[in-house]
Amino acid sequence: MPAALSRRLICNSEHQPLSRIFILLALLVICSLTSACSKRSQEVDFIFVNGVEPKSLDPAIITGQSDGRIASALFEGLTSRDEFGKIGPGVAERWEVSADGKTYTFRLRNNAKWSNGDPVTASDFYGSWKRILEPETACPYSEIFFFIKGAEAYNQGKLKDFLQVGIKVIDPLTLQVELENPTLFFPEVAAFTTYLPAHLPSVEIYGEQWIMPQHIVTNGAYTLKDWKINDRIELIKNPLYWRADTVAFNRVDALAISNSTTALNVYSTGGADLIVDKSLIPPMLIQDLKKRPDFHAYSFLANYFYRFNVTKPPLDKVLVRKALAASINRQEVVERLTKAGELPASTFTPPGLTGYQPPEGIAYDPDQARRWLAEAGYPAGKGFPRLSILYNKTDLNEQIAVEIQAMWQMELGISVELKNQEWSTYLDSLDHLNFDIARSSWVGDYPDPNTFLDCFVTGRGNNRTGWSNAEYDSLMSEANRQLDPAKRFQLFQKAESILLTDGAPIAPIYFFSGIMLYDGARLGGIAGTLVDDHPIRTMYWKDKQKVTQP
Amino acid sequence: MIPFIFRRLLISIPVLLTVILLTFTMMRMSPGSPFRTERKLDPKVEARMMEKFNLNGTIPQQLWSYCKNLAQGELGDSTQFRNRSVLQILQQTLPRSMLLGSISLCLALFLGIVLGTYAAVHHNAGQDRLAMLLALTGICLPTFLIAPICILLFAIYLPLFPVAGWGTPIHLVLPVICLALPYAAYASRLMRTSMLEVLQQDFVRTARAKGLSEKVVIYKHALKTAILPMVGYAGPLAANILTGSLVIEQIFKIPGIGPLFVNGVLNQVLCLFVCAVIVYSTLLILMNLLVDILYTVLDRRVKLL
Repeated sequence: MPAALSRRLICNSEHQPLSRIFILLALLVICSLTSACSKRSQEVDFIFVNGVEPKSLDPAIITGQSDGRIASALFEGLTSRDEFGKIGPGVAERWEVSADGKTYTFRLRNNAKWSNGDPVTASDFYGSWKRILEPETACPYSEIFFFIKGAEAYNQGKLKDFLQVGIKVIDPLTLQVELENPTLFFPEVAAFTTYLPAHLPSVEIYGEQWIMPQHIVTNGAYTLKDWKINDRIELIKNPLYWRADTVAFNRVDALAISNSTTALNVYSTGGADLIVDKSLIPPMLIQDLKKRPDFHAYSFLANYFYRFNVTKPPLDKVLVRKALAASINRQEVVERLTKAGELPASTFTPPGLTGYQPPEGIAYDPDQARRWLAEAGYPAGKGFPRLSILYNKTDLNEQIAVEIQAMWQMELGISVELKNQEWSTYLDSLDHLNFDIARSSWVGDYPDPNTFLDCFVTGRGNNRTGWSNAEYDSLMSEANRQLDPAKRFQLFQKAESILLTDGAPIAPIYFFSGIMLYDGARLGGIAGTLVDDHPIRTMYWKDKQKVTQP
Repeated sequence: MIPFIFRRLLISIPVLLTVILLTFTMMRMSPGSPFRTERKLDPKVEARMMEKFNLNGTIPQQLWSYCKNLAQGELGDSTQFRNRSVLQILQQTLPRSMLLGSISLCLALFLGIVLGTYAAVHHNAGQDRLAMLLALTGICLPTFLIAPICILLFAIYLPLFPVAGWGTPIHLVLPVICLALPYAAYASRLMRTSMLEVLQQDFVRTARAKGLSEKVVIYKHALKTAILPMVGYAGPLAANILTGSLVIEQIFKIPGIGPLFVNGVLNQVLCLFVCAVIVYSTLLILMNLLVDILYTVLDRRVKLL
């Protein structure tokens, strides 16, 4: 073979692997063109972006919203909410309350079943609630049960006999709950995720694993088909659910996405039908998204506020705290920074609580603020020590802190520094009062002022300011003993007035807006609610056959 | 070679133990607890949870009980995903990151070698400048920028690929490319330097003098020698890329191990994080060992003693 020819042959053989790879790459591209990104499987009726990966789905363990959304689809409590957040029957078809408002008798429906066919009975609730209150369970949300007589003592280990706790099984379909105080909103509380029942025989056999798809038994509208960590949760309609005929979607996927841009990308390209969490909307795009018809904003029970550490001078002086609160221009914060239609807040309780009118708080009044600061001994901010604003690091927290830093500098002539910490360190600083001023937020559990105002009762874990006021404490406990709603709200009003103007351990900044993205022309059975709860069982496609709502 | 491998594996035991000791101690010394939420937890409940997860007692005690469990193959429970053990979480997430990582690794090395060799062969010519400009761009553009740009171009404007997700081979294309690009850029610069050096050497001159074509000289003779630094680079890179990428996995919604590293630190998910670090360290040790062995194969002058 001539040398030149042999060389060419060698060269050709050297090139072959390369060309093969190029052919493969080309094939891959063609494949992608033809299969056109296989957006979703046909058998899934509804896909929504649920937010961060749920920590658990066990009602005794969950605390987060993304956990709660799935748990409420899997389990049903004595009462349940509709798409407007209104309380209605759940497993209990009706309930009676005693004249003193302290005893609730729940009558369970006889057609409520677990997904394995077992009937749902009063003992299921008794046992599940007992499990939550057992000190060994270490349920992080057990305090929501402390409305029930003896529950707190039992959970703290002071009461050993569970029979002393005010939960009684009268017969398989009747559960009686005795409360510490007349609690008019108890049916609201009974719909809360921690009050959902667990299938105790499964818990007994599988321990903490009972909630996994292969073991779980549910009593709600859905059962768990699969749970892929950081990916998706697949829900399948539970045919034994007592109102299964009203549940429109047979198969629902909940995507675990924590990155807001990714969430929006997936939603925009048809990979999801609903984004349900405000934190999943990129803040930079809110202005543009607001103009779209699929943007749905609503107010719900949550606020953003600054805490003052009242144990630390000069914040131990009420006048200083009031001056700081009065020099925050909340309107500017919501218009320039948050932008999603949030309401500026001068009270701690949000608007919208039926029958409750919050008192006047400290409004934006820089002149008054300067007078208060001068009265406190710091005219024009002279001699005011350098304080810091603590926040956990997110863009919005930082922007708000920078804005408020500038407002205080401009209006009061005082300079504060900014201090950011990672989440768990930040919480640790809050717990140990290791801050001067700290950003905070609070989400109400049920539509009643108590869920907000109770935080600042002396010694409460969520007080986190060091503030204590005997009159406030007594007004709060008096209000909670009060049976008459009007009188009760009056007492709350007085208490909140003390909190906002006499004590001012906090400076409310704004009330949160919830945001959802969905095509309102197609998706029905969903609405913005005060408790930010959106049950999947009520949702349906308007263009498909409409299911009869109960 | 066998005694060498044996010795290296033996040395890696104290290395791993030190890694565990340092990671565990630093995690436990940082303020806060894995159970804190914005809603204050009852101190008694928190104490019970600490007990449940073996987090009470002094740090040396905790470390001791952790190591004891680890020795028995118990990786512990996750304080974050409460119904799953660390083993279950790793079983689900690690293979995904490894699949994504290994394809990216191959792509990065392939692109790096091709581009680097191409640039070296056309040294100082327009092709070289263009190739190195591309490489420099690849190095300078961070992944969190490349990824959204790729999504915008190839998933939204030109809907060829899905924007995010996992499951079909199509889902892999964009993340693999975005993950590989910066590494490919590094690799190509490394390859170019190495190839330039090799092309100056005597054996290349001899090969050319013998009348071999430029292609044979480069692909058959020079490439084999020039690739050695790449092998050294690929070892640690493999450990890095196989254990996932926070940015890529978050942007493309890939349920891998990458985010668990960062969230592990931020939320103090102790057992999960320590295990993730152990996986990373083990991979690093193994890959470096593999690199050393590969050296002997590629360069007969290297002997492992």
